Parts: sequence; C-alpha cells; structure tokens
Amino acid sequence: MARKNKKEAEEKQKKPLPLWIIYLLPSMLIFTLFVIYPFVKTIVTSFFATSNTGALTQMVGLSNYISLFTSETYLHSLGTTFLYTILTVPLTVVISLLLAVLSSSNLPGMGVFRTIFSSTMGISVAAGSVFWNLLFHPTAGLLNRVVQWFGGEPIGWLTDTNFAVYSIAAVSIWMNIGFSYLVLMGGLKNIDDSHYESVEIVGGGFFYRLRKVTIPLISPSLFFVVTISLINAFQSFGLIDMLTGGGPNNSTNLMVYKLYNDAFVNFRFGSASAQGIVLFILIFLISRLQTKLTERLVTYQ
Amino acid sequence: MKKTQIAITYVILLIAAVFMCFPVLFSLSLSFSDLSDILRGDYIPDSLNWTNYVNAFNTQPLLHYMINSAITGVLSTTLQIIFALLAAYAIVFIPFRGKKIVFMIMMATMMIPGEVLVISNFQTIRSWNLLNTYAGLILPGLASTFGIFLFRQNMMQIPRELKEASTVVGISDFGFFIKVVAPMVKNTVVTLAIYFFLVSWNSYMWPLLSTTKDTVRTVQIGLRQLQNTEAVSDYGMMAAGAMITSLPTLLLIFFGQKRLQEGMTKGALK
Repeated sequence: MARKNKKEAEEKQKKPLPLWIIYLLPSMLIFTLFVIYPFVKTIVTSFFATSNTGALTQMVGLSNYISLFTSETYLHSLGTTFLYTILTVPLTVVISLLLAVLSSSNLPGMGVFRTIFSSTMGISVAAGSVFWNLLFHPTAGLLNRVVQWFGGEPIGWLTDTNFAVYSIAAVSIWMNIGFSYLVLMGGLKNIDDSHYESVEIVGGGFFYRLRKVTIPLISPSLFFVVTISLINAFQSFGLIDMLTGGGPNNSTNLMVYKLYNDAFVNFRFGSASAQGIVLFILIFLISRLQTKLTERLVTYQ
Repeated sequence: MKKTQIAITYVILLIAAVFMCFPVLFSLSLSFSDLSDILRGDYIPDSLNWTNYVNAFNTQPLLHYMINSAITGVLSTTLQIIFALLAAYAIVFIPFRGKKIVFMIMMATMMIPGEVLVISNFQTIRSWNLLNTYAGLILPGLASTFGIFLFRQNMMQIPRELKEASTVVGISDFGFFIKVVAPMVKNTVVTLAIYFFLVSWNSYMWPLLSTTKDTVRTVQIGLRQLQNTEAVSDYGMMAAGAMITSLPTLLLIFFGQKRLQEGMTKGALK
C-alpha cells in the first residue's frame, strides 16, 4: 500500500505543470512579489514601530494612524492635496474636452493641432519641470519680465506661499492635457456622425450639441479621464520634487511627497506605511465611485 | 459649419496651441542662447549656438544616462509585452478552474497605487542586492494589468473555432499562440510598446530610489542632478538638458499619437 502511494506520488511529480500555470507564471510571480506582498507588508508595517532600516520593532496598534490624524503637518498636507486636486482635475478635463471637440473636425490643419495638444504626453515630469522653472525663475524667467513690463512687482512663483501651489497646479494641468486629450479624442472618433445630423435638423448650437450629444456619448472616456486625473493628482511627486521640495513653508507638501520624505529621508517607515494605506483608501474610494457612476450614468453606444 | 464658427474654432485652437507649445519652444530658444543674453532678457538667439548642449553632455554623463534609459525602456517594454501576452492567452484560451478569480485579482491590483508599494519594493530590491542594476530598475514593473486587459479584450475577438481547428490539425498550444494569436494582436502590441516605452523613459520615482550610482542611472534622474548641481544658474544649459531628455519621447508621440489614441480608447471603453 505504502509503496503504491509512493509510486503515485512519483507519477504526480513527473506530470508537467498545467499549461495555464506556465503561461501565467511570469505575471503572477511579479504580481505576488511586487504588488501583493508589498501591499500586505505595508498594511502590517502601518501597525508597527520600526527601526531606521525598516525592521518591525513593536506593535503599536492604530497609533501611527492616530498620530497622523492629529499631526498638523499631515492634515495640512492632506488639505493641500485636496486643494491641488480641485485646482487641477476639473480644468484639465474641461480644457482637454474643449480642445478635443474643436479639433475633431476634418478641417485642414487639424492634424497639426492634434499632435500639439497630445505632445505633453511625451514630456517627462523632470523635463516639464525644467521647462517651467525657466519661465518661473524670479529674475531670469519670462513670467516676471512680463509682469514687470506691465509695471508689476516680480512674483515668487515658486517661493511665495500664496503662489507656489497654484504654479505647480498650472504645470500639472499643462502636463496632463496631453493624455486626457488623447483619450477624449479617441472617444470622439467613435461617435457616429448620424447622431449629429439629427441635432442639425433641430438646429441646436455648439453648446447644445456638446451637452446633448457629445458629452453623453463619450461619457465612458470622460469618466476614465476624470478618474485617472484624480488618481494622478493624489499621486503627484515628481513636480514637487523638481520644483519646490514641498516648500515654501510646506505649502506644496503633497501627500506622496510627504510619504516619500518620511520613508526615505526620516526613515519613519511605520508612519509612511500608514500614509500609504490612507492614500490607497482614498484612491480605492475614487475608483469605486467611478464604477458606480459609470454604471448608473453611462450611455453606451 | 458657418464661416464665423470656423473662424472662431481656428482662433481658439491657435491660441491654445501657442500656450501648449510655449514652454517647450521657450526652452528650445534658451538652449541656443548665451547666458549673458538670457540674463538681459534677450531670449531669442541670433544663431544656433550648440555650446549649451556640449556643456550639458559634459557636466553630467547624459549620453550614458540616455543609453541606460534606452536599455531599461527596451527591456521593460519587451518583457511587459511578452508577460502580458502570455497571461492574456491563458485567460482567454486555456480553460482552468479559478480563472475568474485570477483575473479579478489582477484587475484589483490596478487600484493599488505604486507609491504605496515603493517602500517595501525598495527593501526587497535592496535585500536582493539589485540596487543599481537594470534588473532592479525594471523588475517591480514587469506585470502590466493594463497590458493584460488590452490583450484580453483583443483576443476575445478571435473565434474559438480557430483554436479547436488548430488542435485537430495538430498544432501545439504554443504553436497556436505564436503563429495564430500573436500576429492577430500585433496592433495592440505596437500601441502598448509605445505606451510602455513612454512610461519607462519618463518614470521618475522608482529610478530615483533604486539608483544611487551613475552606472545604470536614467536620464530623468540625470536631469534632476543637472538641476541640483552647479547648473542651477546656467539656464541655457538646463534648457539644453531638458530638450535632450525630451527629444526621444516627443518623436515617439509625433509618430505614434494615432496608434496610442486608438489603444487608449479601447482601455477606456472596456
């Protein structure tokens, strides 16, 4: 009996792995090691105190979270992130939508406009930051020259607490238009001309058409763009790192920048992990909201 | 459309185009200008002066960094596409138990922002002694949910009868994958290749963390260093550095914009 079992086991071992596992293995391995494991580890770490190498030293319950939500710096960072999101997302989407609608016709020269409007998708945060830094520069930059030409005082675009977050938001809008425009343009291309013909008979103007035909028909693309823009806004890091370093006086210290500093500069891994989980919850809620809204409102063609 | 409407459309588009181009064109202009001219507010060079470009390449090993970015980009793009193709194929064509759950878990990971994973991934890569290696740079990003999703959408349009027919004829599973499925999704391969390369070339946070030496450092981090070192006051050189960094991806967007647009729409519409 025992021998038989052994033989069976041997046969089982010789049997090759099922096909689907072989095909899925590379992706599953990466997902497990670099997405699922770190995610679980971040959750666990957020309940611990850590050494400055990141080793867990003592379970502290919710205390990382409690100290976050009683920390003025963190609440300020959270508030700034919300402000930044409100400043960037609506404008990015509205501008991209308008540009997409206006450039979707077959008039001559539209190809050039399309290339220009989607071009910022090819520009990295690092390069985009440098481009704008040269415009923002207090003495050599163009913006202050223009301001002075009109008789104004030079503005500390990135160094004045009243301006910095708005300046960063402007750069972010410029950078994100490329992607939003491209997606919305793709959505517009899928609309059948017949939808517009019926409106033409009724005699609706530009905004009537936009409201009654275009927006309902591209709502899936629109929701997609809004969600991605929201998520991107919450994850902003590169612009801050390149342009302001979170300053002046924490006025651009967005969530992810603070997380990064707490983890890799201050080595407070417990707190940084808790911040990561808060970020995850926020993004999770946004995604859920998007799915719910899409299910309810979207008009599929 | 009425004539006035067309005119207004052009005017708005033209103004928008000027705004969109301006930061890049301004830098392009500065990159050929003398520092003394820039400081005087004379932003337009009289002639094409390449000194700033030469200086940028000499101040930081930008060429070396660009080669690193290219290697990283090509490696990660290729592997991401292969892994995503394989995974999507298994999900669409091979029946197995728990398929739905596997797919759902994969899609769910899309909601976990990379920034949440970065701390732990840094520790993993460090403990494997892979900091400052190409492997360390690309490994954490090799599984692309977006890629798997797009390929799956694409493959679901391939009739199942083809698979049955090829089994009858005696074509192996892998043969079917290589000879039938892969050629049929080649448009998506091109779209994703453009997209993955763009993302890889432009990525910032992970290369910043995982490279501490020049050996495999990418060009984005090189540009950051250029800004943070003595170059801060050499505006022409900064502009030149940013132009160098952007040129490859701008070219990619100019030629691949249509392809990307089609692919992205598929992703958005589900």
